[in-house]
Amino acid sequence: MTVIFRTILVRELTLGLRRKADMLMTLFFCVIVASMFPLAVGPETELLRTMGPGIIWVAALLASLLSLERLFGGDYADGTLEQMVISSHPLAMIVFAKVVAHWLLAGLPLVLISPLLALQYGLDGDEGLILVATLLIGTPILSLLGAVGAALTLGLRGGGVLISLLVLPLFVPVLIFGSAAVDDAAAGLSIEGHFSLLGAMLIAALILTPWAIASALRISIE
Amino acid sequence: MLQVSGLFCERGDRQLLNGLGFTLEPGKLLHVRGANGAGKTSLLRIVAGLLLPTAGEVCWRGKPVKQQREEYHGELLYLGHLDGVKGDLSSIENLRIDNELLGANADEATLVAALEKIGLRGFEDIFAKQLSQGQHRRVGLCRLLMSQAKLWVLDEPFNALDVKAVKLLASLIEAHLERGGMTLLTTHQDVPLSGARVSEITLGQTGRR
Repeated sequence: MTVIFRTILVRELTLGLRRKADMLMTLFFCVIVASMFPLAVGPETELLRTMGPGIIWVAALLASLLSLERLFGGDYADGTLEQMVISSHPLAMIVFAKVVAHWLLAGLPLVLISPLLALQYGLDGDEGLILVATLLIGTPILSLLGAVGAALTLGLRGGGVLISLLVLPLFVPVLIFGSAAVDDAAAGLSIEGHFSLLGAMLIAALILTPWAIASALRISIE
Repeated sequence: MLQVSGLFCERGDRQLLNGLGFTLEPGKLLHVRGANGAGKTSLLRIVAGLLLPTAGEVCWRGKPVKQQREEYHGELLYLGHLDGVKGDLSSIENLRIDNELLGANADEATLVAALEKIGLRGFEDIFAKQLSQGQHRRVGLCRLLMSQAKLWVLDEPFNALDVKAVKLLASLIEAHLERGGMTLLTTHQDVPLSGARVSEITLGQTGRR
């Protein structure tokens, strides 16, 4: 079971690194969106500081939507997904490996670049750290939930738009608790609750979504 | 032994299979014939577990495959219209992943030997997208050399292959039957196999509403 996880993970990372442009696009999109806001709303430090966490979170969320269509699309087109579905290994394990690789390539870079974006908005060190922490817990949830949408819309025309419609409502709680944690920290309030909820969401997603993704793929591949 | 009984399949508003049933014994090959659109691919996908029939059942060793999906898939090898070869990976990298997915436990030397036997020596480290269509298909066919599956389900396996490769593939199927394996196959070419093991069914005669 762990062997197949490792094999698929390595496969996905190899493929991802051979198509660096796809990976960088997600990252650039996030950076560009987050950098446009200060230009548009003007250089008022206080305003930017209050808006910062929300904007960075929205940028990260939209960026992670961008790469979802490719998660299963390529494998569907060349028939490798079929072979995964009829392999003797649990499909949930295989798709879990794919989602982990997707997060490492699309989600983790966003987390790593976020301190730089936080700096742009004049967030101080502690707030910056809390932002990184919320993104570190939040972006895997986005990848896992997004993969369910990607699996359900596989092979449909206009799948990309449908994914957004399907998963954006599911992303909203993550967005709310993620950005609220940074706001509350800035206001000196306790942030334990936000983190507990984000953590709970991550655990629930880790346990439930691989099965949902596997079932959705079996339906889509027909 | 593979048993298929009472199979119905609808695609859109067309009735493709109408209570189809057959039995495939070890060492036998079943050649599925039929015009384009008669439902050959649908039948093969149903047997492979990729498509759910509207009604009917596929049994493997006397037990419905629904109840033993992972065991069944461990003994099944399916090659469809798509080669299942990743263009951004080299031939040998593709084989390594297939090896894992098939649960074939072949070592590196076996994989290299498989590539050599299929006629892709020297192409090990070439990206599959740079290969010709026939070579691309051959990378997919290497699965036949690695897998220990009992049941082969092959959808138009001779497509895009040159004469030499067709011969090789036929000899592989023959050897598989010799070992007591089973093969379910569609092709529009004549099957270059000895007659005793081969039986045929033709789809589509009663398939129209």
